[in-house]
This record gives sequence, structure tokens and C-alpha cells, in this order.
Amino acid sequence: MISIRYGFIAFVMIALAAVPTVAVAIDEPFYVSMFTRMLVMAIAACSLNLVLGYGGMVSFGHAAYLGLGAYVVGIGFYHASNDGMEWALNGWMHLALAIIIPGLVALLVGAISLRTRGVYFIMITLAFSQMLYYFFIGLERYGGDDGLSLWFLSDFGGVMDMNDDVHLYYLSYGLLLLILFMLYRLVNSRFGMVIKGAKSNERRLMAVGFPTYRYRLVAFGISGAICGVAGFLMANQSEFVSTAEMHWVHSGDLIVMVVLGGMGTLFGPVLGAVGFLMLEQYLPEMIRGGCEVIGGNDCGVAGEYWKIVFGPLLIMIVLFARGGIDGLLQGKVGRNG
Amino acid sequence: MADALTITDLVKQFGGLTATDHLSLSVDEGEVHAVIGPNGAGKTTLIGQLTGEITPNSGSIRFAGREITGLPVHRRSMLGLARSFQITNVLADFSAKANVALAVQAHQGHSFRFLRKAANDPRLVDPALEYLAIVGLDNRAEVAAANLSHGEQRQLELAMALATQPSMLLLDEPMAGMGPEDSARMVDILKRLKGDLTILLVEHDMDAVFALADRITVLVYGRAIATGTPDAIRSDPEVRAAYLGEETADA
Repeated sequence: MISIRYGFIAFVMIALAAVPTVAVAIDEPFYVSMFTRMLVMAIAACSLNLVLGYGGMVSFGHAAYLGLGAYVVGIGFYHASNDGMEWALNGWMHLALAIIIPGLVALLVGAISLRTRGVYFIMITLAFSQMLYYFFIGLERYGGDDGLSLWFLSDFGGVMDMNDDVHLYYLSYGLLLLILFMLYRLVNSRFGMVIKGAKSNERRLMAVGFPTYRYRLVAFGISGAICGVAGFLMANQSEFVSTAEMHWVHSGDLIVMVVLGGMGTLFGPVLGAVGFLMLEQYLPEMIRGGCEVIGGNDCGVAGEYWKIVFGPLLIMIVLFARGGIDGLLQGKVGRNG
Repeated sequence: MADALTITDLVKQFGGLTATDHLSLSVDEGEVHAVIGPNGAGKTTLIGQLTGEITPNSGSIRFAGREITGLPVHRRSMLGLARSFQITNVLADFSAKANVALAVQAHQGHSFRFLRKAANDPRLVDPALEYLAIVGLDNRAEVAAANLSHGEQRQLELAMALATQPSMLLLDEPMAGMGPEDSARMVDILKRLKGDLTILLVEHDMDAVFALADRITVLVYGRAIATGTPDAIRSDPEVRAAYLGEETADA
């Protein structure tokens, strides 16, 4: 079964690498930005997976770090276009700040929320992300509720051009590969053993001498920093920054992606993000199509109710495919437990 | 001989219940000191206070010449105080080797090391295999802890405690739930450790206690009603009345 699993993962990663070439060949450039979004959400899901899947910390507020990363680009744009601060568009600076700021905020949020467990942890991470959400709504200067449309994107000089969808796509793809490699090293390192051990049995880890709090906290900070990278890419992809992306529903989407793909596996979140966004894209069309086949009325409306199919589908996967899509690929079918 | 552990006037109350009642106790260096008592005597509460999981209301705990009453759990482990749990408490989804390797890792400086693979780091794996050999689990190193038998999990529990290179072991019912064969094996392992380590042994299995202990303290309702050599305890009328009577009748 292992060969099916790695074969499929290799197929997905190679297929993703080929997306721009294929999209240009079939003259459907729309696919490039659609798949960029998948890569971006894959990065965000990978960041959540570090704390949720490997560390057992159910963060219900990761949309906040995504949003913070995006606002680094948005705020840089605002000052560049309104105050003539050309340097505020510097892409390298955007990327660096989109790592540092969400990372630091995650450390702060983690420092408080990691003193709690279980439902309380979930609720506190949710509360912090909603605080940030309303904070940015209140920031009228940067668009408040309406968000900011970005006329200029992150500027990487002559190295790459964010206005070119293919450049942005390969930047996203490269960053995803880099992050996957880093996470692979991280979760198998001494640090990773402590994180995974604390998920399995924190009391035992303390008894053998680990101050588990600080390790979990650092993992939480790293996770926030990686999620910020996704936010940076998201802003450049959508050419728009708004508070909507920080809303708690998106934190929930990220959790669904991780669970759907397979918690605590390296590639699971990538599969989950791609699967989630594919379903979101094509399920309405499939329902509309199916509706027309059976000759139903108002098929256009029926397609809008795609979540009626999506929800139960997710529940089925969670209940019957232990370890999500990645678990299915390993042949782990059966009840969770 | 110097005291390894000195408990002075320790009190722990849960609401109206006094689980530890002005308890004073000292354990000599290198000694196996058994604590026995009926259910509810406060034995596990005592262990909890020694490891730092439970905060006493008053009193003091000194270990290796140092006041440790307020120290957190992981700091006490660093000072050389190791425990095994009454209810098996290993990392179920880790292999036996990985369980012990993690305990070894805890005592090799900080673990903010993000790059090198831990699973084949000889500084972790080699000592882990040694500790598994001490408890007789070296041939089960790659088995996930969840798939070990109950007795083997108890042995793993001990290997993890040893891997923290303690000067003193707190063993909370190491024979709990074991059959006679596993119990005998555990007694053998502990006999081999005796002398090198100071051991505080909480145990219900009287055969094991009398086979291992240099001194025994009898705990009833959180108070020490007697402390002495196994022979002295066996013949103490108060102890017989409170506790040992029915246990020794068939021994």
C-alpha cells in the first residue's frame, strides 16, 4: 500500500508543477490562479498541521495569521501609493515581515492559550483571531471593512514579477516545497519528538524532564510564521486584502483541510487543501449537471446548495477513512478510534 | 548515611479530606524504602507531591540536600528524581526504543534542535537500547508501546525512569496488575538496581515489598504509623491490626 500512497503523492506534486505549462497549452490561464490558491491554502494547512496534527493543539484561529501575512502586503501597498514610500513595496521585506509579524503574534497568542487545554484552548485561539479580525475592521485607514485593492503587488525587482501569474505560481510552488522539506526535518528532529511526544502524553514528558510548554509555544510560533507566508502569497494572488480572510470560518476551513487530507502526515494537508478547493470549485457544477440529467427543475439553484453534499462527504471521510485522504491511500479504512 | 530524601511535616488536604497528615519520612541514600498501607492511605498523593504534580498545603520536601517543595515537575526530574506511574503511562504510539530515547533526550540539554533526525541519532538510540536491555526489553525495541503486554509496558515504564539517570526512583506500584511471573521478573530487575539507586517503593504486593525493602513505612489515613525493618514491621502489633493481618495470614 505504501507504493500507492507515495505514487499518488508524487503524481499530485508533479501535476502541480506542470499546471502553468498545461494551462497555457490549453489556453485556460484561469487555472493558474485557481491552482495558486490551492498552493497557498496548502501552505496554510501545512502550518496548521504542525500544531494540530503533530502537536495536538487544535488552533481555531489560524485565519488570523493568514490575514496578518496578507496585511503586510496591503499596508506596504497603502503607504507606497499614498505616502510615496516606494520602498514599502519591497517584496523581500514583505516576505520577511509576513514571517516575523504573524510569528510573533502567534507566540503571544500561544503564550496565553497554551496554558489551557482542550475546549478552552480552542475557544481562546478563536477569541484572539476574532479580536484581530475586529481590529482590522476598525482600521479605517487600511480599508476597514471594505479591504484594500492592490494596484501594485510585492516588488521583487528584476527577480520575479508578481503581476505574472506564472511567476507567482512557481514562487508559491517553490515555497510549498521548501516548507514541506523544513517541516519534514523539523518533525523528525529532537524538537519534533518533543512536540509529538507532548501530543501523545504530556504528563509523561514532564515527568522525564521536559518543560513541554516552551516547546509547544515555539511550535505554535513557527506555525504562525509559516501561515504568514501563505498570507503574503494570498494577497499577491487575489490582488486584494480584506478582513474577510481573517474571519473564523476560514480557520474552520483550514481545520477541515488538515483533517480531510490526514492529520500529522507531511503531505496530508496538501492533499486536503487541493481536495477541499477542488470540491468547492466543481461540486456545484457536478450537482447542476446531475440535476439536469435527472431532469429536475431549477438546476441552477440546486448547484448553490453544494454544501449539503460537501458536509456529509466530509463527515463520511472523518468517520470511515482514518487519517483522511492520506489514510485512504495507506489502506487505513475503518472507524476512527 | 546521608538522607537522599527528607519529608518534614507534610500536609495535603482535598477539601475536608486529609490525604497527607503531618507526614515526616526520610529515605537514606542507597536504601530501598517501601511505603505500604491500605487503599486510600495517601500513597499516590504522596508520590504526586514528591514529583511536583500535587502541591502540598504545608511542610517541606528536601531532595539531595535541596529544598524542592516548590519546584515544577520537569526541574525535579533534572535533579535526579525519577518516577514510574501506577497506571502505565508510556507514549502508546511510539516504539519502545523511541519512548526511552525521548527520556534520554530530556537529559541531554535543551531540545531546540530542529534539523537532525532524532530516530537514528546514536547519542539517543545507543543509551536507549542499553536501558531496554537492563529491564530485559531489548528484543522488543521496535514494537509500538501500545502493542507490548502489560508486564512489558511496566518494564518500559521503568526503563524510561532509568533513562533520566536518576539518583532516586519513585516507584508507584510497579507490580500493579502483573501476574506472578511478571512480578518475579520485576523483583529481579529491581534487586539488580538496588544499591546503585535510592528507591521509594509504593507497592501492594507484600512478597515483593519484603523481598526488596530495607525499611518499610506504614501509612494509614495519611499518617506514618510505623517505620522500621521488614522484620520489625512484620511483628508490630499496631501494623498487624491496621493493615497486615489478613495479608500475612496466607503469606
